[in-house]
Amino acid sequence: MPEDLNWAIGGEAGDGIDSTGKIFAQALSRAGRHVFTSKDFASRIRGGYTAYKVRTSVDRVESVVDRLDILIALTERTIHENEDELHEDSVIIYDGERSTMQDVEVPHGATALEVPLKRLAEDAGGAIMLNVVALGAACEVTSFPIENLDESLQKRFGDKGEAIVENNKQAARMGQEYVQEEYDQSFDYSMETTDADYVLLNGDEAIGMGAIAAGCRFYSGYPITPATDVMEYMTGRVDQYGGKVVQAEDELSAINMALGAARAGARAMTATSGPGIDLMTETFGLVATSETPLVICDVMRSGPSTGMPTKQEQGDLNMTLYGGHGEIPRFVVAPTTVSECFWKTVEAFNLAEKYQTPVFLVSDLAMAVTEQTFSPETFDMDEVEIDRGKVVDEDEIDAWLDEQGRFQAHFPAADGVSPRAFPGTADGAHMTTGLEHDELGRRTEDTDVRIEQVDKRQRKVETAREQENFDYREFGDPDADTLVLSWGSNEGAMREGLELLDEEGYDVRFVSVPYIFPRPDLTDEVAAAEKVIVVECNATGQFADIVEHDVLERVERINKYNGVRFKADELATEVKQTIDSDSGTQEVEAE
Amino acid sequence: MSSDVRFTDFKSDKQPTWCPGCGDFGTMNGMMKALAETGNDPDNTFVVAGIGCSGKIGTYMHSYALHGVHGRALPVGIGVKMANPNLEVMVAGGDGDGYSIGAGHFIHAVRRNVDMSYVVMDNRIYGLTKGQASPTSREDFETGTTPDGPKQPPVNPKALALSAGATFIAQSFSSDAQRHAEIIQQAIEHDGFGFVNVYSPCVTFNDVDTYDYFRDAIVDLDETDHDPNNRDQAKDKILESDKEYMGVLYQNEDSVPFEQREGIDSSMAEIPDGAPEGAMDLVREFY
Repeated sequence: MPEDLNWAIGGEAGDGIDSTGKIFAQALSRAGRHVFTSKDFASRIRGGYTAYKVRTSVDRVESVVDRLDILIALTERTIHENEDELHEDSVIIYDGERSTMQDVEVPHGATALEVPLKRLAEDAGGAIMLNVVALGAACEVTSFPIENLDESLQKRFGDKGEAIVENNKQAARMGQEYVQEEYDQSFDYSMETTDADYVLLNGDEAIGMGAIAAGCRFYSGYPITPATDVMEYMTGRVDQYGGKVVQAEDELSAINMALGAARAGARAMTATSGPGIDLMTETFGLVATSETPLVICDVMRSGPSTGMPTKQEQGDLNMTLYGGHGEIPRFVVAPTTVSECFWKTVEAFNLAEKYQTPVFLVSDLAMAVTEQTFSPETFDMDEVEIDRGKVVDEDEIDAWLDEQGRFQAHFPAADGVSPRAFPGTADGAHMTTGLEHDELGRRTEDTDVRIEQVDKRQRKVETAREQENFDYREFGDPDADTLVLSWGSNEGAMREGLELLDEEGYDVRFVSVPYIFPRPDLTDEVAAAEKVIVVECNATGQFADIVEHDVLERVERINKYNGVRFKADELATEVKQTIDSDSGTQEVEAE
Repeated sequence: MSSDVRFTDFKSDKQPTWCPGCGDFGTMNGMMKALAETGNDPDNTFVVAGIGCSGKIGTYMHSYALHGVHGRALPVGIGVKMANPNLEVMVAGGDGDGYSIGAGHFIHAVRRNVDMSYVVMDNRIYGLTKGQASPTSREDFETGTTPDGPKQPPVNPKALALSAGATFIAQSFSSDAQRHAEIIQQAIEHDGFGFVNVYSPCVTFNDVDTYDYFRDAIVDLDETDHDPNNRDQAKDKILESDKEYMGVLYQNEDSVPFEQREGIDSSMAEIPDGAPEGAMDLVREFY
């Protein structure tokens, strides 16, 4: 396990928990430390428990663990909520002068640092800065050079004026000095800084950045947790490249607007979460049968129905694979890490245009809200390739006209992919429709033409299987008897889990699958293993079902569906128990 | 755009399957005439339609066209126009398509005021599903699904549009070929969302709102002293639910289309071969 530190600030929604956590995470990142953040938040604007957690190390960190070292508790409840993760070396910073925090009980022999956060903040210029006072105190506890906070404070408060920035810097130092003077002790924590140069971003931001890099110019969406950050990221930024974000009146409108923009030749995307995907489903078939390239992003959250809007789940896999009436050729791509959110988005646009199909880009809440550090080169824009597929211009269009000079937009090509003419192209005018149609896009019920067009659309998938590399990512011991399979954001926790398992003498091969459809053939991998375990954040094992379907063999399952992502140590324990048990499906007990 | 475009250039070689005498023939002819008259040609025109008899229109016309899902034609049209403001975008629909399943999109399209035209073929009945009440059916109009009538007042789409901030509201009658084409032309020429409700009678299932009824009832606003730039006058006319007007009810000549206000002035179809120049700035923002 890396030499890491787990830090959190918790309080009520509206207490500035997020921005304080972000200030600290950015300071760590700028100081050359790796960061992995996670959030506990409730579906309300003010009140209710909320926390921002930061795991940091000089080595890369890919997941959360079941341990908390430094906790800034703005409310008493914050301590209770994290009780299980606290230990005898934990340090809790709280304002002992607050009336509500007079009788705080500190669990597990942790150290309590009473710091008059509010009083010191007032001395520095305003009670509102009490969180920053706490940050300063945390710097002292961890020996983290406080100067590193300054740039983050500048970034956060710069547009409010230099005086505010200075007051905040002062507030931080008052917190630091208070701990220095009042608690004449050294703590076991330290935070080494390095010269490394990192950027800090979350999965939604990576998707938005990937979309702009890939040439997406039109985004329409409707606000929904946890996909809204994609829209907020693109708003304003895509304008600088000639694009536009439109907030539609609902998800039905959002996907249809994006469809219209795509038919006009723009690379277009919409993003939503489960309930929004339900509403968009009507249009999936239209996108596929009109052969319009479209990227539809589903950032999953707990379902069904409104479920738990701010909690993690991977429950929409079947929805994206099978949603919509009739048979819909489509691609389903599911990034497995925050950086893959960027690259898979780029790839999604290429797949959409090369094969003129809907591409479902499936992410989840755990990735969406996780900020992680990366070397900037991780997102090397020179590596971004754009493939627009069979777009024909005025010079090439003759080849695709029938004997009467009509453009065959749905020509049943051998590879299943027809030519595309953007509106405005001379001689390219053509009809397309959600009705079954002939090669000219004209409605038909001719039995032969129906079969020809259905087969043609399905051939795209076969062509893609031949031309694309729908591969998996592999970790651990390639010759191990135990094979763990997962998809989506579980990769980080499982990668770290491998190290823990290794320490205890368990050899495990781990395969993380970013392509759900088409997907890599796992028959040989499963056959080579004695035990196959599929790990996913849902109750029924939707991916495990697919694997069983593909390989005609039973697999074991680790399912977590309490709304919280897998933690590395917890997952390692679950895998270990499954290996040791003779049979049966293992389920993580709801917390 | 070529200057020698005739309206027949917008005709496809597909024979319409509308019932003989259907009002939609006249509605479509007027759309094609108006498109040719305003200097458009099939290669720069995008026609979007929804579902139902009205939805078939894209099939019988020749242009870039999409026939989508029920009630969702307007968002498609908005997406097309915003992605390429050089295109002439016309959305066609029916009263069910536009005022029932698509009613939400309708008022928001009006609010958004994208520069396109919206032609609704209003026959006050569901034709393709063989004669059920539509949102514009009369309160006592008896159908298979409403044997005693819908028992609710018809929607007033022009009033919905006006209250949502419409910049162009007109009404026409498909059998008055000359006036109908003129009105559609005015909608196309309007800088913003040009909404035209067209009386387009269903000869098979609606024996109340017939050609004869409209011929007798219609009042041509051109033959009155109506000032379409006067919103109060427009409001009064629109709220007269027992009157059938033809012509431009309201036009705001100061209208600036949404996409213009948003600064979209060129097609979004052109993108570089790789990430845009300076894209590493997007990464550096995260330092």
